[in-house]
Amino acid sequence: MQQRIQQSGQAWRRWKNHLATGTAVLGTLVVVAPLLAIFAYLIYKGASSLNWAFFTKVPKPVGEIGGGMENAIVGSGVLLTVASLIGIPIGIAAGVYLAEFGRKRLLSNLVRFTADVLNGVPSIVMGIAVYSLIVVPQQHFSAFSGGVALGIMMIPTVTRTTEEMLLLVPHAVREAALGLGVPNWRSTVSITLRTASAGIITGCMLAFARVAGETAPLLFTAFGNDDKSLALNQPIAALPLQIFVYAVSPYNDWHRLAWAGSLVLIFLIVISVSLVRYVTSRGVLKGAS
Amino acid sequence: MGVGIEVKDLNAWYGSTHTLRDIHLNIPANHATALIGPSGCGKSTFVRCLNRMHETNPIARVTGTVKIGDLDIYNDVSPVVIRRRIGMVFQRPNPFPTMSIYDNVASGLRLNGFRNRQALDEIVERSLRRAALWDEVKDDLRRKSGASISGGQQQRLCIARALAVDPEVLLMDEPASALDPISTAKIEDLIFHLKSEYTIVIVTHNMQQAARVAEKTGFFLNGQLVEFDATTKIFTNPSDKRTEDYITGRFG
Ligand SMILES: Nc1ncnc2c1ncn2[C@@H]1O[C@H](COP(=O)(O)OP(=O)(O)O)[C@@H](O)[C@H]1O
Ligand SMILES: [Mg+2]
Repeated sequence: MQQRIQQSGQAWRRWKNHLATGTAVLGTLVVVAPLLAIFAYLIYKGASSLNWAFFTKVPKPVGEIGGGMENAIVGSGVLLTVASLIGIPIGIAAGVYLAEFGRKRLLSNLVRFTADVLNGVPSIVMGIAVYSLIVVPQQHFSAFSGGVALGIMMIPTVTRTTEEMLLLVPHAVREAALGLGVPNWRSTVSITLRTASAGIITGCMLAFARVAGETAPLLFTAFGNDDKSLALNQPIAALPLQIFVYAVSPYNDWHRLAWAGSLVLIFLIVISVSLVRYVTSRGVLKGAS
Repeated sequence: MGVGIEVKDLNAWYGSTHTLRDIHLNIPANHATALIGPSGCGKSTFVRCLNRMHETNPIARVTGTVKIGDLDIYNDVSPVVIRRRIGMVFQRPNPFPTMSIYDNVASGLRLNGFRNRQALDEIVERSLRRAALWDEVKDDLRRKSGASISGGQQQRLCIARALAVDPEVLLMDEPASALDPISTAKIEDLIFHLKSEYTIVIVTHNMQQAARVAEKTGFFLNGQLVEFDATTKIFTNPSDKRTEDYITGRFG
């Protein structure tokens, strides 16, 4: 009798276990499937147009076969470098201020509120704002203005993740540093920030990946350029911009290039994120969590 | 070499709560002094006043004088300087989790601008040996993180980290209360050896521990120092009724 009860209880438990596992697996598939589908479709549409010229040639005039997107790949690199140089330091500094120095002050609430609002500002609005602040006074489109627009868009994500990650650093770790006679600022830079670095880097990567695909803020700042350019005060091409222009064009040739460009954009984002993760994780030790 | 500590009229507050009242006490150099008393009586607050950690809490306040040797720590120097001369070991081991064992021990010196690598290597080894941890970690110094070793090893690592900046005084706030008996015995053994070179103040919940390691013992109750005397006297023949009640377990 007792044996039977035990057995039926066990069967029920096992069944529940399978049910829970099944639900989890299903959820995972639902999340991963669209991503894989996008990748597969991009490869299907874009891979055939990828060749060496795509990376080493600038666009050819309409009607001529060939040409590539070197200008856009280089341009995206320049824009994202400028954006990171602006967005990451400012974002981290603001996050440090929020977490370490201004927990309850009026200014910190203002900063937090601004960051949240900034996060919600549509990217096209960001483009117009930078257009009227930089492009109009200078009277020309430029890589610099595009980088500024993207950089400002990075700030809120970097700020909020930095703040959250710093707040996760245990009080005991800060006390340990202070107890060693380390000045407060030094402890913040070398201990607290360092302890939180993995999370902060993830935040920066998120912000980077997000703006890497932005088109709207570049429409009237970086503007686009059919030639390769490294100059900050000249219009510059960017992959998302070029994809946009090619995709809405009436030419089949350009459509194919747009697909290839999308594929390259995704891969460049994946590669740069993985690279940063790899480089920074080498410094972090095993067993540290 | 350790130095003595002279405490006069020490009062401490958290906000408006008066936590320590009129503490007078002379802690002898190169001995271990134990502080005992029920939870919440102010032992931690007291030791944190000795290296000015108390004031790192924004709501905390302190008055009175504390002298380390001839140095009046609240008037003559900055808190940062005094904390280098008075090391602290906390109740829960708190190694820097993203640093290697080596970097943990070297951290106090490095963060204060010390760069001589060879000297650093020597100091790290010497400190780990003094903390009786060298043999257990010498092969993984740079490979393992400070957080990846056992709790008892972490606490000895924290002791090595404190010793590396060459303090004169070592404050230990219940250093073994989170540890198993074997690790506890190692820490006690360590205190026993270290006290010839440092002045040690150890807060403990465990009266046998106080009796084993300390020459002098102070009994705190409700923010006051009830009695301070030779350890043997406190445990065999206390002069205050409240001390007797506490050590005999009759305390309500
Ligand atoms: N950070 C703090 N903020 C407010 N009150 C505190 C704080 N730390 C300790 N106290 C209070 O001060 C008193 C003494 O605490 P503590 O020094 O930690 O005692 P002990 O170490 O002897 O257990 C307790 O009543 C405690 O509630
Ligand atoms: Mg305590």
